[in-house]
Amino acid sequence: MKQSVFLGTLTAAGLAAGVASAATLDDVKARGELNCGVSTGLTGFSLPDANGNWTGFDVSFCRAVAAAVLGDGSKVKFVPTTGQTRFTALASGEVDVLARNSTWTFSRDTDLKLDFIGVNYYDGQGFMVRKDLGVTSAKELDGATVCIQTGTTTELNLADWFKINNLSYTPVAIETNAEGEQQYAAGACDAYTTDASGLASTRAAFADPENHIILPEIISKEPLGPATRHGDNEWTDIVRWTLNALIAAEEYGVTSANMDELAASSPNPEIRRLLGVEGDLGPMIRLDKGWAKRAIAVGGNYGEIFAATIGEATPIGLARGLNAQWTQGGLLYAPPFR
Amino acid sequence: MSDTPAQTVPFVRDTMLPPAPPPASQAGALRWLRENLLSGPLNIALTLLGIGAVWYLLQGIVPWLAHSVWSADNLTQCRQIITDRWGEGATGACWAVIRERWTQFLFGFYPQHLYWRPTLAFALLFVALAPVLFARVPKKLLWFSVAYPFVAFWLLWGGSLFLPLTVAAGFGLGWAAFALLHRFGTIPAVAAAVLLPVLWWLLFAGDLSRDLTGLVGREVPFWLEQVRSDKFGGFVLAITIGVAGIALSLPLGIMLALGRQSDMFLIKTLAVSFIEFIRGVPLITLLFTASLLLNYFLPPGTTFDIILRVIIMVTLFAAAYIAEVIRGGLAALPRGQYEAADALGLDYWKAQRLIILPQALKISIPGIVSTFIGMFKDTTLVVFVGLLDPLKGITDAVRASTDWKGIYWEPYIFVGAIFFIFNFAMSRYSMHLERRLKTDHRQE
Repeated sequence: MKQSVFLGTLTAAGLAAGVASAATLDDVKARGELNCGVSTGLTGFSLPDANGNWTGFDVSFCRAVAAAVLGDGSKVKFVPTTGQTRFTALASGEVDVLARNSTWTFSRDTDLKLDFIGVNYYDGQGFMVRKDLGVTSAKELDGATVCIQTGTTTELNLADWFKINNLSYTPVAIETNAEGEQQYAAGACDAYTTDASGLASTRAAFADPENHIILPEIISKEPLGPATRHGDNEWTDIVRWTLNALIAAEEYGVTSANMDELAASSPNPEIRRLLGVEGDLGPMIRLDKGWAKRAIAVGGNYGEIFAATIGEATPIGLARGLNAQWTQGGLLYAPPFR
Repeated sequence: MSDTPAQTVPFVRDTMLPPAPPPASQAGALRWLRENLLSGPLNIALTLLGIGAVWYLLQGIVPWLAHSVWSADNLTQCRQIITDRWGEGATGACWAVIRERWTQFLFGFYPQHLYWRPTLAFALLFVALAPVLFARVPKKLLWFSVAYPFVAFWLLWGGSLFLPLTVAAGFGLGWAAFALLHRFGTIPAVAAAVLLPVLWWLLFAGDLSRDLTGLVGREVPFWLEQVRSDKFGGFVLAITIGVAGIALSLPLGIMLALGRQSDMFLIKTLAVSFIEFIRGVPLITLLFTASLLLNYFLPPGTTFDIILRVIIMVTLFAAAYIAEVIRGGLAALPRGQYEAADALGLDYWKAQRLIILPQALKISIPGIVSTFIGMFKDTTLVVFVGLLDPLKGITDAVRASTDWKGIYWEPYIFVGAIFFIFNFAMSRYSMHLERRLKTDHRQE
């Protein structure tokens, strides 16, 4: 049986090789399913529950894209990727979109031939220390031992930052976040450093969160965003404007609850264009008029997704901070829908 | 004669003394202790050090285990219960996570209402293995062993019954061709036995299976609900990959070992380069190749099941090691055995089948089983290609939920214990097999 599938695949491969490779949008439509690369498990961002249903901040974005393109937010195949395989999985076509809290950097965008379509979460690297250490600023961490995940941008940021500030430290290399928590909790290092969102959820999971503080310094910029492959601009546009639609919807007050009402009665032309009542933005990206409406309907607008997965009402309890709308003093700024 | 003084009374004992117990310091536990643990200053120091280390470990582990909590909804509740029962600062194991998520560790994300299928496949595995493993089981059951891969495939992945049936028919076709053409010589028979099934699978099997499925519809005896590979995880995944890898790598390994011993230049070169290449690269490299690199070569839109890719790679990997283990067994046979087979007038395959391999394989049993055990444990490496293996994939997924974030040792201990049961069983079976096959009368 194994052999037949293998041989069948080879035949299929031979047949398909004759046809010019189709665009991602056509592939996704033909497949009837969006392949979305997510993290194998990151609290709040992407995790499978006991029944294998994926939830989380990044997962909601995948569902929104699937709803926009295929009309159904459940038509997503979540492909768990690790830090080592994520970009190759995207480049090789294993996934159509990568929504795996990946930092947008110059070399990833250019050298790795990815297109970061925007930023869905502005993060930054911070430090957590035990309160009884008596440290209130990261600048007082001279000579400290620091638990740090190897092979990540955080490792490089840490080295840069200590160098700039002329401080010394001893790194304690760890492999995964869980191991880092364990080592830090066991007292193997004075400070634990990772993205601030990760620190918050780690601290919340401790038996004694009140005995740990997150230092005020944020030592790096970590704009996390979904990515697509270079070279398929049409598909990249669809993914980019799905994210923009979610952000714009929050700005204009369009929620999953009131969208039908707004579509019928709102006089605001921007909302009407977004919801596909006016103009034809959808056909410009080879989708129908209702694409953005469907994307918002799955998990709500950006603010609703944030609140439901990682916001202050959840155990993770992240404040909006930089991730508020530009009108609220944050950095989220969707270009106009026109 | 002597001039011993006459007053010296001669004494001759005429009864045996009853045996006296040895002195307390020379018997029992005390002697054992003195001889083994306290025989000199160095050993006394080492003993004390050892006791200290054991004490230190037990001090940490015993209270932790004693304070186990078995039912709670999340880690916070677990900690609360431990604090309530054993006071502030007490630590304890929170087995509630296993109690709540054990199905995930075993079945991954396999649909819950279909758990009976992998369970049944697992139970049938033992029925299929019994005639292979134990001499007392009736040999007629071997027919079931032959059918088992198809049954297991159908149970695990579901879909139409006709897919495994038509594929099995291909093997039947090959066997029939071999049996019919055998009298015309080995080479045409083997060629027909390979080519016919391949043609069958490529040209007819897919269509026939589809047509038959269309004919009977998706009714219960012919159709099981399909389960996709991305739903596999935990021990269902580990055992599927492990069992398939073991079953496929042994015959492949034997062929490679024989190929390496062959006099034919081409076959020998191919076997040697394959074995040395595979043994020269780490398994993870092969897995990455399977999951990522392969997609560059296949045209876009091609789907090639990831579990199948991993099974192929794991099989190739294990086969190279098995080949070397068996080559060791072949090398251990005295030259006389080969010459005796020639003298009997047996052809190559008969000589291998009747004389050489039975002895060589018997010698290689410990090595083969070691390779199998290693391979079964290596299945956890699939986490690097995004499959949810029980050790890290599922554990990370469980930890990512806010309920269980912060849990660390319990899932590892649980998964480790299950791996231990499987591997220990394999190891004990190999010892049993060695005893059963022992034909020499060497003193031990």
